[in-house]
This record gives sequence, structure tokens and C-alpha cells, in this order.
Amino acid sequence: MEDIVRQSMDVDIVCVGFGPAVAGFLTTLSRSLMNEDQTPALESKAMPGMPLQVLCYERADDIGFGVSGVVTKGRGIKASFPGLDPAQIPMAAKVSGEKVVYLLDPHGAGRKTAGLKALEAGLGLAAKDFAFELPIIPPFLQKHDGLVLSMGQFMQWVGSDLMGSGLVQIWPGTPVAAPLIEKDEVVGVRLLDQGVDKKGQPEAAFMPGMDIRASLTVVGDGPVGPVGAALDERFGLPEGNHQRDWAVGMKAVVGLPEGHGLPVGTVIHTMGYPEPEIFGFLYVLPENTASLGIFVPSWFDSPIRTAYRYLQHWMIHPYIWKYLQGGTMRSWGAKSLQESGRRGEPHLAGNGYARIGEGSGSTNVLTGSGVDEAWTTGAHLAEAVIELWKAGRPMNRANLEATYVRRRRESWVDQESRVAAKSRDGFQHGVIPGFVGMGLSGLTGGTLNWVADIKRTYERLPSIEEFFKGRIARPEIERIRKDCESTGASLHEALMDRSGWPTIEFDGQLLVSHQDALLMGGKVQAPAGFADHVIFVDPAVCTACRTRTCISICSGQAITANPEGGVPLFDREKCVHCGACLWNCSQPRPGDPERTNIDFRAGAGGLHSAEN
Amino acid sequence: MSGLHIVVCGSIVPDPLQTLEPVTTPAGPGLKNEMMLPAILDPWAGHALFEAANLAKSVAGSKVYLVSLGPKAKLQQVMMTIGQKAPFELVVADGPASGFTDAAEVAAELAAAIEAIPGLDKSQLLVFGGWQSASRGAGATLQMLGERLGITDQFQGVDEIKMQADGSFTVLERIEGGSYQLSSCAGTPAVLGWATGNLPEPPNNPQIGMANMRLIMPALQKAKPAKVSTGEVSFVAVELPKQVRETRVVKDMALEEMAKEIVDWIRG
Repeated sequence: MEDIVRQSMDVDIVCVGFGPAVAGFLTTLSRSLMNEDQTPALESKAMPGMPLQVLCYERADDIGFGVSGVVTKGRGIKASFPGLDPAQIPMAAKVSGEKVVYLLDPHGAGRKTAGLKALEAGLGLAAKDFAFELPIIPPFLQKHDGLVLSMGQFMQWVGSDLMGSGLVQIWPGTPVAAPLIEKDEVVGVRLLDQGVDKKGQPEAAFMPGMDIRASLTVVGDGPVGPVGAALDERFGLPEGNHQRDWAVGMKAVVGLPEGHGLPVGTVIHTMGYPEPEIFGFLYVLPENTASLGIFVPSWFDSPIRTAYRYLQHWMIHPYIWKYLQGGTMRSWGAKSLQESGRRGEPHLAGNGYARIGEGSGSTNVLTGSGVDEAWTTGAHLAEAVIELWKAGRPMNRANLEATYVRRRRESWVDQESRVAAKSRDGFQHGVIPGFVGMGLSGLTGGTLNWVADIKRTYERLPSIEEFFKGRIARPEIERIRKDCESTGASLHEALMDRSGWPTIEFDGQLLVSHQDALLMGGKVQAPAGFADHVIFVDPAVCTACRTRTCISICSGQAITANPEGGVPLFDREKCVHCGACLWNCSQPRPGDPERTNIDFRAGAGGLHSAEN
Repeated sequence: MSGLHIVVCGSIVPDPLQTLEPVTTPAGPGLKNEMMLPAILDPWAGHALFEAANLAKSVAGSKVYLVSLGPKAKLQQVMMTIGQKAPFELVVADGPASGFTDAAEVAAELAAAIEAIPGLDKSQLLVFGGWQSASRGAGATLQMLGERLGITDQFQGVDEIKMQADGSFTVLERIEGGSYQLSSCAGTPAVLGWATGNLPEPPNNPQIGMANMRLIMPALQKAKPAKVSTGEVSFVAVELPKQVRETRVVKDMALEEMAKEIVDWIRG
């Protein structure tokens, strides 16, 4: 494949991924490209006489394709759009009220410790609907004066404006395969080959991915993006940094029933149920709509971590269900979140490239905020690029560090990320230490922290037998496993049923099967002619694995047990590109303990949520 | 044979598999949250566009125009994908594409947009489109468009066109009973309402995208409001087909059992 002749195109700036960080970058940059007299303010080197040629490639089939509810203080976004009226953005509203709620377990099926159960017994005295509303919300969690948004709608709103300006180009449906690196300098990106089979071998309509050469490559491809991953592999992370904390967010847009009683802009965050480690959210958007979901973190030590089933149990918790009963699922989706925050920060700039957004460690894990931080890092980079380009200085490491990295270090994003850096370490020891640690970090400005060594996800995952020790005997687990293998049924569903979780009674509207959620919630786009992007690196490792968390965590049921044994099967047409398999794999990659035996490569499409 | 001028008429539709809900708007019936629903190029029109691009490649000097009647904000998004697949020049009429427009009004608007294309040689004109598009499956729009343009050679349900060196061509049309009709035509102009054609969707080509982009954005910016849904047509009632969905993942089931279950399900 290396002998293939590839087309090449020269531009000035190429961006990878159209998320909030790149949106912030393009919004800021595009306003400085032209003078009032319509002459270029920043002249292109690739096309002399023209303004900067700026391209952005996005793997999904559209901009703003994903479902995700967001609550944000919106400081960076508001700075870019002074006087922003949320009514301009579909499905956006001002935060009108906040609640943090501890959910008790109505079924007793969760795996709470004796300490938590004792705490619940106390809280239960004041509980209503099996829930206890916290009387005070810690300041670091508050989002007063903020916005509730639909991420997809916000991105469409921004993207339409950008494309309409004609100053930058955003190309969806065009995945980037890898950075182009020459002598430790990033000189652009290579687009993904088209017209290949599942294994990437050329077929009749083969079209080699084009090389896009640029003075600056802006890497904003998120936590599981292939370009960021390739740069981390090539250049490593700064000393002491690692990316071991993750979560998968499974989310839905719900049409609320009439008379639900929640004002627009209401923000509800929950903890404690369906498992102590799983957090939930419900944001009330305009027109009887809510965005809701749960987060399943990497430190939730269950090997049968099936987010969809947990989402359903969370929705029918009495405290939540009183608002949702009679509602309708309008959209659904999932996404991995890089939760290492500042500790997961890669090299922010190098020769010819800069990293922005979630993949650059901008998410604040204490405040639970990422979109506004990502946006702001993009804006910082744009300001730096404008400064450098006007001065005619090259986009090398020294110049980018003196401009972009300096701006970022001096900003609220970085200052607050330092406070948050160790705030979640306590969760390595359990839920109560985790909450205590967050409180310590938050209330002392990061001076005091509950410090812990951060384990890799696979180091935390027990085998299924160990996990159910004392609850389900090994012979019974083996019998259930064999039954599931012979019938093709889901092992994790069977084990949850066996361990006391009630059956979900489908109502066909909101409580539906996982596959129906996939159909009702959107449409997986899997254009023909692209290779599989989920790779089981060492088949022998997968064959020997008995845990197979990759199957239970798969948000789209795209990874399934192979009825013939051996390596699990992957169905690209069900993959929602959440990337959860990448970090939930229970096996280390031979020769690389920081990675697992699953590789998540560049791929086209993913879930296009019905309403986002 | 001199170059063809191929005008493809095609607009956007909501991405399939979504729950669509008709609502009454000030401009008549529409879809709930229409502007928020993900949209794609109408698949029928997509086939027509890919066939047009393929034909243009084989006849030197040919040019492809895509004439779209749709909301320009959503068209802009869809064009970023379609614009990478085939070279074309975009012409936009800004109006609704909800499926509740009247075929005659749409045809009139498209005809006006085509007539206004600078330099269009009607003697070399092929009008392409989806055979069921913009008519709620009735197949009426292209026929009326052809009449307005004065083009009498019309073909519907087309799966193939083969050009000859003298400018004549043959057309393979779907007809009733699952058969094909092969017709010969002396030459342009003609109207072809495409079924699926035979071509796969082309890959995304960034260079084609860059070239198209120079014309797409100006076309969107100068789009004129379309005179459709003017109130001259009134809808007595609007209803979408009921969606019935019962998904199960079944393995190792005999084909006969599967067929029986489906038949029983259909019978209710």
C-alpha cells in the first residue's frame, strides 16, 4: 500500500474533526481573514493573493450529527458571541434552576457498599420518590447564568454560519486517516482510503486517500480520534501524564409528556443509582423536550457494564420516571469522554501542529464541563495563528508555544484545570472517597486532594467470576455463559437478570429494545468502501479472553460474541463510533501497557442522531 | 456530438428512519422540527446526479447543473457532502422541501430556474431527476416540468442511458410487470426520470469538493425565494403512514419459520 500514488493538495490550515474546539477555532479565525475592503487580511501561502485556505475534515456524514445534552457556563462561547440570545439557537435555554439528587436503590440490585447503605439508611428518612435532593450545591458544580444546549443543534448553528461565510470549508463524510509526519514535523494529514474491503484491501473502486499538506494541522478529533492517537504514539505524552480515566455517556432526547412540571432550563444531576458510580443528568430544553443520560466511568469495576440497560433502569427510577412517564424517545446516542483532564494533556503544540479540545485534555473533571473549555482552546489557537501569520512567523513548536500555549496557560481554562487535576483520584478507592476528594479539591482550590495512583481500566476489571463471587456461583455462571453462547443471547443481560435487576417492561415509546433505540434514535451511517475501524489487534488475546467487556459496553451492539468462538464479531453498520471498546477492553496490548487489545482507527459515518 | 447540458433536479429529504410528524404551519402543512431534522439528497435525485456525472465524463464538453428547490440553510449542509461526489454547478430556489408542496408549483419553479441558467443550450439539454420526486411518489413533477420546457421526449423509471456518437441514445425504462422497455431517441432534448440506475455512490473526492465549492456558496447566497406553498393549494388532511416496528435479533432460525412469522405478522 505504500507504493500507491496519491493525489496531494496544498492548503494553509487543515483541521481534523468538527467539534466545539474546531468550531471555536474557525469562528475566531474566520472573523480575521478578510479586511473590510474585501482584500485578504491574512494572505494564503498555498494560493497567493487569496485569503488563508482553511479546511476542516469531519468523519461523520454531517455537522452536528450527535445527540448530547450540555449544561455550560458558556464563558468562552459568550465571549465569542457577545450578547448571545439562547433563543437564536434551536433547543437552547438559560439555566433556570439546578438540583443535585442522590438516588436510592428501589430494588436492591445495585452493588452498594455497607458504608453507602448506611448513608442511604440515614438519607432515606428524608427521601421522597427514593431520592434525596441535596440542600446545597457546591459552588464548583453550579452552572448559574449558564446555558442548556443540544450539542448537535449548537454545532449546526455555528457550522451553518461558518460555511455560509464562505471563508472556511467544512467537509463532512471525509475521515482523516493519519497525520503526515516528516522529520518530526507534521506537514498535513492523509485522508482515509476509499473503495477498500473490510480489511482495507483495495477493490475495484479504490481511491487512495488524498494527502492534504498544510502549514498548520489543527488536531481536534476528540478523545478517540486517530490523528491525536497517532501523535501520542509518535511523540508520547509529557512526563507523568497518562490517559487512563474515561467514561461513556449514553444519552437521549426525550419528548416530555404534557404537564411534566419542569420549567425550561431545569438542570438535574443525579448520583447513586443504578450503580453508585453511575451519574445521570436531565436538562429541560424548550418545547417539552429534555436531554438526558448517564455516564459509566472507567472506575466502575463491573465487567458487565452495559450502558443501555443502566440507562433504562435510571429512567424508570421513581424520581426520574415521574417526569418521563408517557414521554417519547426522539433521539439517542453515545460518546466516550476523556476524563483524565489535565493529567491526560498531550504535547499541545509541535512543529506544524497544535492540539485543541477534549483530546488535548481541556475537559474539567471537577466541574464536569468540557464544551466551553474546548471552544475556548480553539479560540486561543485562532488568536495565536492570527498573530503568527500576520508576523510571517512559521508554525513551529517554539512559536506555537509562545503564542497558543501561553494564552492557554494564562486563561481560566488552564487555571481551573489545575484545581481539577487530582479531584477525581479518590474514586480509585471507592465512591465515598471519590466524593470526599471532589469536595476537598473543589473547596480548597486544589490545595488538598485525595490522591491515588490511577489504574488502567483493564487493571481494574475483575473477571466475571470474581465480580459475582458470593452472589452467583462459578458453575452457574458457566451454565449461563453456555446457554447464551448456544442461543446467541446476551451474557451481560442474563447476568443482570440473574443478579436481581428487574426486567424492563417496554412501552414502545421510551422504553424500547436496544436495537429499537438504534433505529428510533437515528441512523448509523456506514458508507460502503471503507475498512473496518475497530480492530482486534492480537486475535489470540481475544480468543483467550473470557471477560469480553467489549461486547457488554458496545453502545450499538456492533460487537457481538462469535458463535464459532474466538475473536468477537464487529458489524460496522451498527457502530455509533462512541469508542467505548477502545478503553473498555479487558486485555492489555502485547508490548504496550498503556493501550488495550482493541484499536479504534479512522472510520466514516457513525450514528446520525434523529434529533440532536 | 457536442457537449451535453445536463440539468439534474433534486433537493433534500429528511434522512430516513426518523419519526416524522406532520404539523400545520402558517405556510400550510409541514413537518415538526423540519429544520432540525437531518437531511440528505433525495435518493432518487442522487441516482440521477451520479448518472449525470458519469454521462458528462463520457461526452466531451458536457456540463452538469444541479437545480435544487429547498431551504437553503439545509441545502448548504447537504451540499458539503454531495459536493464532493460529482462536479456540478448549483442553482438554488429557496423554498420548502417538506413533501407538502404541490407538484405543479414545483415544476413551474424548476422550469423558471432552468430557463434562467445563463448559457444553457436547450438543444443539448437533458433534464434528469428522480422519477418519484417532489410529487409524493406520483411521478408527476418531471412530466410537468418537461411540458413547461417544451420537451416532448420523456422517459420515466429510467435505469440506463447509452449515448451514441451521432447524439442519439437508448434508454432503459422500468415498466409494469417487472419488465424493461428499451427506447431509442434521435437526440436531445429529453427528460429522464431516474429510478435507481446502475451506478454506486461515488466516493468523496476532496478536489471535486474544492472545485464545486467556488460555485456552491455564491449560488446559495443568490438563491431567490421560490413561489411554492402560496396557499393556492389547500390540503384537506395530512397523514403519514403508521410506523410499526418490532425488532428482534434472531439467529439460526429456519427460513420457512422466518417467512411464516413475517406472513403472520403482516396478516395481524
